[in-house]
Amino acid sequence: MPTVRVQEADFDTGRELDALTRGRRDVGALASFVGLVRDANDGAAVSAMTLEHYPGMTEKALEEICAQAHSRWDLIDTLVIHRVGALKPGDRIVLVGVSSAHRGEAFAACEFIMDYLKTRAPFWKREDTTHGSRWVEARASDDTAAAKWKS
Amino acid sequence: MVTLLYFAGLRESLGCSREELALPSGNSTVSSLVERLRSRDPRWTQAFAPGNSWRVAVNQRMADLATPVKPGDEIAFFPPVTGG
Repeated sequence: MPTVRVQEADFDTGRELDALTRGRRDVGALASFVGLVRDANDGAAVSAMTLEHYPGMTEKALEEICAQAHSRWDLIDTLVIHRVGALKPGDRIVLVGVSSAHRGEAFAACEFIMDYLKTRAPFWKREDTTHGSRWVEARASDDTAAAKWKS
Repeated sequence: MVTLLYFAGLRESLGCSREELALPSGNSTVSSLVERLRSRDPRWTQAFAPGNSWRVAVNQRMADLATPVKPGDEIAFFPPVTGG
C-alpha cells in the first residue's frame, strides 16, 4: 500500500526506509531516492527556497503516481514524502522508497515515481538568489524523462 | 458557480488566489472558461496569452482545454510544476 506524506518537517531517511521493510521477509530489494536543495541554479547562487503546493490535489496526485507504479511493476510497497514551506541549501526535499522482491522492479519504479512527480504533482519552487527572488522554471528535460515511460 | 484557484507565479501575476464564478448556461469546457477570463480583465488576457505556459486541474485532477466544467467544480490554474 502506498504511503504519501506532504509535510513541512524534515524526515529521517534511514528510519523511514527501515519502516518500509520492518517485519517483512519477502522484500529482496529496497530502492530509494532523496532530492536535496542545491546552492546554485541557472547561474545564480541560491540562499533559500520556498515550496508551494496545492493541498488536497498534491496528495491525490502522489497516490495516483504510486498506484500507477504498483500496476506497472510487481512491487511490495511504495513511499513518497515531500516537504513544503521554507527550505535551505542542503535540506532534504523529497524521499521516494520502493520495495520489491527483486532490484529491477524497485529501481525502475523509483525512477518512474520521480519522473512523474516532477511533471504531475502540483508543487512549485520559489528560490532566493543573488539575482533576487524568482519562481523556478520547469525544465523540458523533465517532460522528456516522464515521456519515456509512455508505452 | 465554480471555484477558481490560482497558484504560484500565476497567483502572483493575477493578484488572486481564489474566486467564485457563475457559469453561463449551456456546456462549458476549460477552453470556454479561459476565453471568458481572457476577455474579462487585462491581467487574465496577459496571463493566459498564447505562448504562456500554464496547466489546469479540474476537481484536483490534471485536465486540458477540452475537459468539461460544471457547477460545483473546483478548477485550478497554475504554472508547469517544479517539485521534487
